[in-house]
Amino acid sequence: MIEREILLEKMKTSPYRPIKARIVEARMLTDKEKFFRIELEGGIDLRHQPGQFVMVSLFGYGEAPISICSSPTDKGYFELTVRNVGTLTDKLHRLGEGDVLGIRGPFGRGFPVDNMFGFDLVIAAGGLGLVPLRSLIRYIMYNRNDFGNVQILLGCKTPKDLLFGQETKEWMRRAEIKFNCTVDRADPDWKGNVGLITSLIPGVDLNPTRTYGVVVGPPVMYRFVLSELLKKNIPDHQILVSLERRMRCGLGKCGHCQIEGVYVCQCGPVFDYAQLKNFKGECHEKAALP
Amino acid sequence: MKYASIKKENLNKWLEYLKKKARLYAPRKKENLFVFRPVKDVSEVCLKYVPTILPPKKYYFPQKEKLLKFSIEPFKTAKAISEFEDFILFGVHTCDIAGIQCMDVVFRDGPEDPNYLNRKDKMTIIGIECLEYCDRFANCVSMANHVPRGGYDLMLVDIGEKFIIHINSEKGERLVKGLSYIKEVGETEMSALERVREAKKKVFKEEFSAPLNKVNQAFSQGFASKVWEDVGRRCVACGNCTAVCPTCYCFDVLDDVDLSLNEGLRYRIWNSCQMDDFAKVAGGEDFRKERANRQRHRYYRKFKYPVDKFNRYFCTGCGRCSRSCMAQINLIETVNSLAAEVKESQK
Repeated sequence: MIEREILLEKMKTSPYRPIKARIVEARMLTDKEKFFRIELEGGIDLRHQPGQFVMVSLFGYGEAPISICSSPTDKGYFELTVRNVGTLTDKLHRLGEGDVLGIRGPFGRGFPVDNMFGFDLVIAAGGLGLVPLRSLIRYIMYNRNDFGNVQILLGCKTPKDLLFGQETKEWMRRAEIKFNCTVDRADPDWKGNVGLITSLIPGVDLNPTRTYGVVVGPPVMYRFVLSELLKKNIPDHQILVSLERRMRCGLGKCGHCQIEGVYVCQCGPVFDYAQLKNFKGECHEKAALP
Repeated sequence: MKYASIKKENLNKWLEYLKKKARLYAPRKKENLFVFRPVKDVSEVCLKYVPTILPPKKYYFPQKEKLLKFSIEPFKTAKAISEFEDFILFGVHTCDIAGIQCMDVVFRDGPEDPNYLNRKDKMTIIGIECLEYCDRFANCVSMANHVPRGGYDLMLVDIGEKFIIHINSEKGERLVKGLSYIKEVGETEMSALERVREAKKKVFKEEFSAPLNKVNQAFSQGFASKVWEDVGRRCVACGNCTAVCPTCYCFDVLDDVDLSLNEGLRYRIWNSCQMDDFAKVAGGEDFRKERANRQRHRYYRKFKYPVDKFNRYFCTGCGRCSRSCMAQINLIETVNSLAAEVKESQK
């Protein structure tokens, strides 16, 4: 506890100052995505909300915003899943157990889990969108009795791109949640659905007033999945998304994550559809929707 | 003492005095333009000037600012700057003072930015009121920044043989107190000040074709306006407009490792929303790909978003963006065309 206060004090002297963290587990999930379990110095908890992000520092390479994929109920550590797309993430991929990195955060507004209490949930994940959603799904699993029916829809390009293979298999087996997965292109071993994630939604049976729809994926996916959920008459404020932007500071200053007047690092990354509707044209995720 | 006065012949003496008190920055000529520079020779200080190439923002929000010292192995971080030095900005126009007030709002808004606030604490602002237009690019009257509206420690007004000094803070008072050549003002000087302000009204006229609240409404309704396409077609995305803007503060974060390859510094450097990849994300999506969108974003960050958030316009009227634009994109023209288009559409 005291340790945490000291560290927080350290961060307060400059919010730009990362604290030390150590990788305690690292493994490749696919050939592009690597999973990391990380402990903060002094064994303190990150105390994040599902859906928040951290700024990962690799000195000499800079910083990047990364979604947290573990639940706050996973104590003593937190987890990240990172796709290798640039200089910093490439370096990160070359790190393994025992290596050290810097962490600032957690930042942003996560999923409103308290408001979702007692509701049915339809969770739609596209590709890497499963990463931030995993923090929510794990939270729900841990507090399973706090929520009604839970349906998870997952779409990815090919079976090879499927993240958290073991874990999703377990979700599939569990009786108290419904799990459906689809791929754009199958391979000979694939026995599941083939097609876009939107094809899974018409089959979903839900009571709109008592359902939260949660969607995370690439921009193009939102447009189609959101309109399917709206067709089901889920109220605007019960449709949630998490938006990807490349923050540089996390403090609502640097301007990179701004959508019109809104700083995603402070007001997001989680938004509801009622908020999304207010954007006039810079929010590609809602393009061409009513 | 709320007002004081100084004879012009004593100004250099005072500047010498200020120079001893703290690091002194003031405008001086550079070829046919003007710049803020550390004062070496007080005779170079120039108080009749067209807004400097860069606003004094470079002193409280440097182009490249150290955020952090680090070492990779062992993992260590430290404050990059242990002490900030006192400095005086001399001869700042009222538009640029408005710019400083805008930056204050942003960096004090939580989470606070300690780098900015530390610098700001060490800053003393001595302004000068403009009595005539600098050039045709300024729109300070429409922004109501052609007259002093606070935000400074001392403000000079030229009343002929003397400057009247408005003392606006204790910090300012300390710089005029006990000097034989800075005197209290009497009736004559105060009425001279009134005459000067009265004469100003004849010179300064609103530059926008509509009052500010109408301009703001035009922005509320003009998101899809053709004006942005037009501006976007001409824009060359050089980023001049944002670099010279006293209220632009977007930045990037950059690490610099020294020759040991183990120790280094983390900086923040000015960045511009006009740059090609500013709003690009790892997934490849670029959220403001078109120049028209980027220019629109810049304008909205002056006339709409900060008004919604802070009740403050982030255009100071200095005219620098228009003055420095390589494609002759003119802020007054853009705003007026937008206002006209929106008005037309409402008929």
